[in-house]
Amino acid sequence: MDPAIVCTNLTKSYGPKGNLTPALRGIDLEVKAGELFMLVGPSGCGKTTLISVIAGILNHDEGTCRIFSRDLDAMDDGDRTEFRGKNVGFVFQAYNLIPTLTTTENTSIPLILNGVPRAEANERSREMLRQVGLGSKLDTLPTELSGGQQQRVAIARALVHNPRLIVCDEPTSALDHTTGSEIMELFRHEALKGGRTLVIVTHDARIFQYADRIGVMDDGRITRIVNSPSEL
Amino acid sequence: MLIGNKGKFFAMIFGVALTSLIITQQSSIFVGLMSRTVGFIFDTPLPDLWVMDPKVQFVDDIKPMQDTKLLQVRGVQGVEWAVPLYKGSIRARLANGTFQTCNVIGLDDATLVGGPPTMVSGRVADLRLADSVIVDEAAAQGKLAKPGPTPQSPKTPLKIGDLLELNDNRAVVVGIARTTRTFQSQPIVYTTYSRATRFAPRERKLLSFILAKVKPGEDFTEVARRINGQTGLAAYTAPQLKGLTIRYFMKNTGIPINFGIAVGLGFLVGVAIVGQTFYSFITDNMRYLGILKAMGAKNNVLFTMIILQTFLVGALGSGIGMGIASLTSIISKNSELAFYMPWQIPVVTVLATTLITLLTTIFSLWKVIRLEPGIVFRG
Repeated sequence: MDPAIVCTNLTKSYGPKGNLTPALRGIDLEVKAGELFMLVGPSGCGKTTLISVIAGILNHDEGTCRIFSRDLDAMDDGDRTEFRGKNVGFVFQAYNLIPTLTTTENTSIPLILNGVPRAEANERSREMLRQVGLGSKLDTLPTELSGGQQQRVAIARALVHNPRLIVCDEPTSALDHTTGSEIMELFRHEALKGGRTLVIVTHDARIFQYADRIGVMDDGRITRIVNSPSEL
Repeated sequence: MLIGNKGKFFAMIFGVALTSLIITQQSSIFVGLMSRTVGFIFDTPLPDLWVMDPKVQFVDDIKPMQDTKLLQVRGVQGVEWAVPLYKGSIRARLANGTFQTCNVIGLDDATLVGGPPTMVSGRVADLRLADSVIVDEAAAQGKLAKPGPTPQSPKTPLKIGDLLELNDNRAVVVGIARTTRTFQSQPIVYTTYSRATRFAPRERKLLSFILAKVKPGEDFTEVARRINGQTGLAAYTAPQLKGLTIRYFMKNTGIPINFGIAVGLGFLVGVAIVGQTFYSFITDNMRYLGILKAMGAKNNVLFTMIILQTFLVGALGSGIGMGIASLTSIISKNSELAFYMPWQIPVVTVLATTLITLLTTIFSLWKVIRLEPGIVFRG
């Protein structure tokens, strides 16, 4: 099977010309399809920049990044937006649910953006919410939910359109240990279904055990990749 | 998203409604005032041409002519008939001894051409009775009404048979007429030409206007040119005289600039409130717009969302503003408030509010175009 993600000599810098601050200094990375890959490292090491490039929401400077054999460089903005809409799901530390929409409406967004009729989108969203354990909160506003419940909605939103890649930024940092573990169990049981690939950026050592592999980053480079937390 | 945020939604509607209200109301009052300057011309629709001294600048700017000018105008080719009209200010003495300046209109004794447009009571023909006058309804109920025994007592409206004293002359009210309010809002008193010139202070010349009818098939402009060439007088059609009067007021009074400032301020208030509120709405929601963009929303989808929301606000706001202005129009009907809203004013208001929403939208779209979806992973 082709790898899901192949990054070669990836570089990215921020700031004005002449005063550039490098964030990625030649990243080489391969993530297999169906793998749960975690990126760990200190703040400012380039983790978020790397998943932003992988998710196709940030342009890199040099190197190549191929997602499911598609070269991100070869796509224009419109193609990349469409590619993201079909193939990438997002989960954020702060959930980022739209506060004025109900759980079902929030979950429907990726489907509606992919042209699914509203009634069908709502039905599929309700089904997805039931799968993540929120069958009793289908028409609830995000502000009426606990942090763990909001993150479940965010996961449902990331999964509902059946993307092949999910990128997560600190998905358990705002949650207590028990809720964080429940969320990770959900990722393992629901998100990885059908050979889906997960890339999770985290500081949270409590969840390292759920990873298939862990990439350790420092100063814009992946310094090593390990198979279990005990090797860190 | 905006509708979900009720506070900002209502703030924007309030901003547009306020703008719409100010623009509509101030413009309508301005047009109302301007139309009052030509109220007398409105009420005198029969003549095709108004003939006057060429130095006259507007309809109330009376420069009397010699009576012989009437005969000269009657002799111009193309004139079917021509009648004299007196228009001047005469003081009326009220029953309590106070004075009220009245606008006295003296009609041709034989034809009574130029008489009041609508009679509330009495008949125009009764002006042929001795010392007779017709008084306008607003004056009969207000400025010329008979005072009560004490200043606090209600006034008694003038009615047929009541007496007036015009410049020491006895006058009998034979009718009450409904007239278009004039700019100066003075009582209007109709009588015959000969009686009006008797009421008026003595002057060598007393003929204010000559009202002329053009023969069928004759060109108004050509006849006016002939009148000017043969008599040295100016002859205008009613629209021309209205235009002359309105131009005078526009040019020589502070009315346009004062109302223009109010309308301009209304527009700026709208831009400020709506622009600021929508700017903060966009800024507050930049993260969510970024998320939508990251999840695959193309710019045109975000544009549509923003345009729909701003134009919904624009439509609701301008509707509410114009609705309140229209309500004012209904409430103030027949009052001293000069309020006249021709169809052009709502059109201008809609254009102004559309411009505000368009400016706001363009600014918002510019932010969305520049929005990087990478914002979603920033702290």
